[in-house]
Amino acid sequence: MTNLFNYIDRPSPIHRLTGACKLVCLLLWSVAAMTSFYTPLLAALTVAALILFRTAKLRVKDISFTLGAMIVYVILNNVLIYLFSPGHGAQLYGSRTVLLTLPGRYSLTAEQLFYHLNVVLKNACTIPIVLLFVCTTNPSEFAASLNRIGVSYRISYAVALTLRYIPDIQREYHDISLAQQARGVEMSKKASLIHRLKAASTILIPLVLSSLDRIEVISNAMELRGFGKGKKRTWYAGRDFSAADWLSMAACALLVLLSLTLTALNGGRFYNPFV
Amino acid sequence: MKKFSVKTIVAIGIGAALFFVLGRFVAIPSPVPNTNISVQYGLLAFLTVVYGPIAGALIGFIGHTLIDFSLGSGIWWSWVIASGVFGLLMGLAAKMLKMNEGEIGKKGLVKFNIAQVVCHLVCWMAVAPVLDVYMMGEPWDKLIAQGLTAGIANAVTTAIVGSLLCVAYAATQTKAGSLTKED
Amino acid sequence: MEKEVLISFRDFGFQYTAQASPTLYNINLDIHRGEKVLIAGPSGCGKSTIAHCINGLIPASYPGKITGSLTVKGEDAVRQGLFGLSRTVGTVLQDSDGQFIGLTVAEDIAFALENDCVPRAEMHDTVDRIAELVNIRQVLSHAPHEISGGQKQRVSLGGVMVNQVDVLLFDEPLANLDPATGKQAIELIDDIQKRTGCAVVIIEHRLEDVLHRHVDRVVVMGQGRIVFDGDPDTLLCGDVLESRGIREPLYVTALKYAGITPTPDMHPASLPALTLTPEQKSQVQAWFSRQPSPAGREEAPVLLEAKNIDFTYEGGHHALKGIDLTIRRGEMLSIVGTNGAGKSTFSKVICGFEQPQKGSLTLEGADLTALSIKERADRIGYVMQNPNQMISKNMIFDEVALGLRNREVPEEEIRPRVEQALKICGLYPFRNWPVSALSYGQKKRVTIASILVLRPDIILLDEPTAGQDFRHYTEIMEFLRELNRQGVTIVLITHDMHLMLEYTPRAVVFHDGEVICDASAAQVLNAPDIVERAHLKETSLYHLAMQCGIDAPEEFTRRFIARDQEVRK
Repeated sequence: MTNLFNYIDRPSPIHRLTGACKLVCLLLWSVAAMTSFYTPLLAALTVAALILFRTAKLRVKDISFTLGAMIVYVILNNVLIYLFSPGHGAQLYGSRTVLLTLPGRYSLTAEQLFYHLNVVLKNACTIPIVLLFVCTTNPSEFAASLNRIGVSYRISYAVALTLRYIPDIQREYHDISLAQQARGVEMSKKASLIHRLKAASTILIPLVLSSLDRIEVISNAMELRGFGKGKKRTWYAGRDFSAADWLSMAACALLVLLSLTLTALNGGRFYNPFV
Repeated sequence: MKKFSVKTIVAIGIGAALFFVLGRFVAIPSPVPNTNISVQYGLLAFLTVVYGPIAGALIGFIGHTLIDFSLGSGIWWSWVIASGVFGLLMGLAAKMLKMNEGEIGKKGLVKFNIAQVVCHLVCWMAVAPVLDVYMMGEPWDKLIAQGLTAGIANAVTTAIVGSLLCVAYAATQTKAGSLTKED
Repeated sequence: MEKEVLISFRDFGFQYTAQASPTLYNINLDIHRGEKVLIAGPSGCGKSTIAHCINGLIPASYPGKITGSLTVKGEDAVRQGLFGLSRTVGTVLQDSDGQFIGLTVAEDIAFALENDCVPRAEMHDTVDRIAELVNIRQVLSHAPHEISGGQKQRVSLGGVMVNQVDVLLFDEPLANLDPATGKQAIELIDDIQKRTGCAVVIIEHRLEDVLHRHVDRVVVMGQGRIVFDGDPDTLLCGDVLESRGIREPLYVTALKYAGITPTPDMHPASLPALTLTPEQKSQVQAWFSRQPSPAGREEAPVLLEAKNIDFTYEGGHHALKGIDLTIRRGEMLSIVGTNGAGKSTFSKVICGFEQPQKGSLTLEGADLTALSIKERADRIGYVMQNPNQMISKNMIFDEVALGLRNREVPEEEIRPRVEQALKICGLYPFRNWPVSALSYGQKKRVTIASILVLRPDIILLDEPTAGQDFRHYTEIMEFLRELNRQGVTIVLITHDMHLMLEYTPRAVVFHDGEVICDASAAQVLNAPDIVERAHLKETSLYHLAMQCGIDAPEEFTRRFIARDQEVRK
């Protein structure tokens, strides 16, 4: 995986938005989705997210790298919730409508099912947006975007450095790992956990210590070219906001407002169809 | 706020890259979903000792965010924030215990491990579940089970990986002065 | 008219805070606008410290005590500070991966402009113009891992030129480049200087390669002092180089063997300008016919045999295309070629790190392909280029014992085996030391010992002497030769022409996934088409032989090397 962000360069209205705008939208969207448990809103957000996903001309094939893991994750998460708290729905909605009688506390209730629907919707309305951001944002623009939305340029550049050096460190990890395996360091699943951790350390120690040396070289190189001398800096890969950018951000800000208003009007965070 | 030195910035960048590579490619799955036995926390604990709490917080936050980005299953903000908090707390603890000054001996390792166990418990049993209850509305029982698994697993990996890194790093800081050749 | 003095050291001295004695003593040195100066010297002589003083890393990043004065463009250097100096001095670091900070070529070139808050539109124009100048225009949107080492260096150069600096400072520019690319780098530096009129300071110990283009002055450092400061012709006629452990150009050594004492009016600093009288030419010819031809080696039994190896990476890169190669027991051979020619991939296939899609690999007739990485490592050892990437234990003994302990060899057997390996590698007196107390070259030996202890039949070494000065180079290579004499088969993957010529009787040239030549090192380097395709460089001995009318340059090279080995012992 050389392209961390899985950036897919394909002309679409979403691609044309600046990275900074998309980052703001991602954050606002996440806030809206997180603060609310108003089921109709979550459902609407999910539908909107899927429409946006189409608008960006992304295909299922583009995200096949994560699709399987995503589904397994959502299912397991729900199974776990049911395992630990089968009565959580009844408790939340203040009623208990048994649909199927099962041993112990595991009887299936309509409330619990509805609660699970909420959990799934919570995931479903944000995952496409994260994927959208990852697939349509040029990594070069990312640091400039952070700086644009108010993160200090030093920290923004730290993120740029992370993106820059991940492939190098990944390659180094791979090489060191092979050389240590040749010396008999066993990483296979057969070994015990403690043994595997110790084995991992024989790879990590050279990797981390040589990275510490690298920190020195890079900071020298950056200072020699004037990094950190001013209060501000400009960005080669940055872009100016267009009308579409402002519009998108305003729309997402409205979403947050809507989400907060609905929670207030609803008189509680959970939308309750059982009363 | 005091301006960061360029070296600290680079340490955050490279530290987060290491955190990412370890978290993404050296993950050992545990039976509980979204809960890997992750060696990256051993690295993070070690880096906070060397570079301090702010760097630690940012390495955890940036590294974890990028892992979630690359996995594509949404950003699990509660856990991302918990990773940042772990870096912060561990860095503060290291400062208070003066682990960054002088070499890390046996006593230093004991302090390091007590600190890391406490920080892990706070992050995965308190910070992450509280945020999850608020943001995702998930039941406590499940979150505590998840947090306990993650906390224990991370504390174990940190005890091994983090301690070994600290010892290896301390060894690079000693000078040859007192050594003599033997026949 | 005297040109403007850009850099001026006056009775300058420097001592690092952490060190007991000064690194620089009493330096007096002026560098003028338009001048090209080479600062040479062995490791630890203080040449990098001088560079750090010029660009301001001293005292900004490396604190210490300064005595005397250093002015840059007439102003005190310390007062200007790191950022002030960066407007005058542009530094191209040795580690071009460390210097490449941007996510793409264009962003990296723009880095200094970004820090100066240059508006975006202007920045794009400047980057385009500079990219044209350093000839990197066509890869502007590439990521660092998509371009070659030579291109990376040009990006670094572009990245400091955007500041319109007066001084370009190069810290070991040749260390990580293949020979042909190194030659191009020296040519590019020369062109840039002619076009911009700036001063150029090159820190390098590879004298012959830098002298490929004209240099105004050479400053030789030794133990923190300037021991020579003058024109290169004069330098080559004295004995400074020998006493300081810097290698003189091979053709100059050859002239000396032939009994010719170089004088400045012969212009020995540049091979094309070198003038030899007819008598001197016949002196060289006479030496050539007098010198006995070194005996060839007898054929030993076959140890490793690769047949028709084909390998394609997951991404579709066809890295090896039907490689046939036979390695005999007791051989010492070089594998050479450009980055991406397939030599590293081939070594990974041999070690079992990668599985070839086609072909067979046998060791003493037995099939290797079924063996795991670990099992194969019992027979074939692999030593990485950078020892810091291999060492994971704090104590030398434990590091060397790691492979045996992982193989569950009983502890009472481990001790004698480790001690024996340490003795072979000259590390026995250090056996109870922490690894961190060793020098880079000693660490390299620890990694070799840690492989040797497994008693492999073959050891593969990746660039064993990269970044080492002549003394350390000789030390490591003599050690490997001694190992070879004791029966270990050694395969070296290298860029270094001297290494291949001097230490390995046989050279295998990779190009674009194929073996294009498998012959003696001297033959390879005297075959112009192979040299060109594989990015190698003809030796200066070849040109000297031609100039003296010797029509067997290859034989001339072989006899020279044989003689040189005797003399250096």
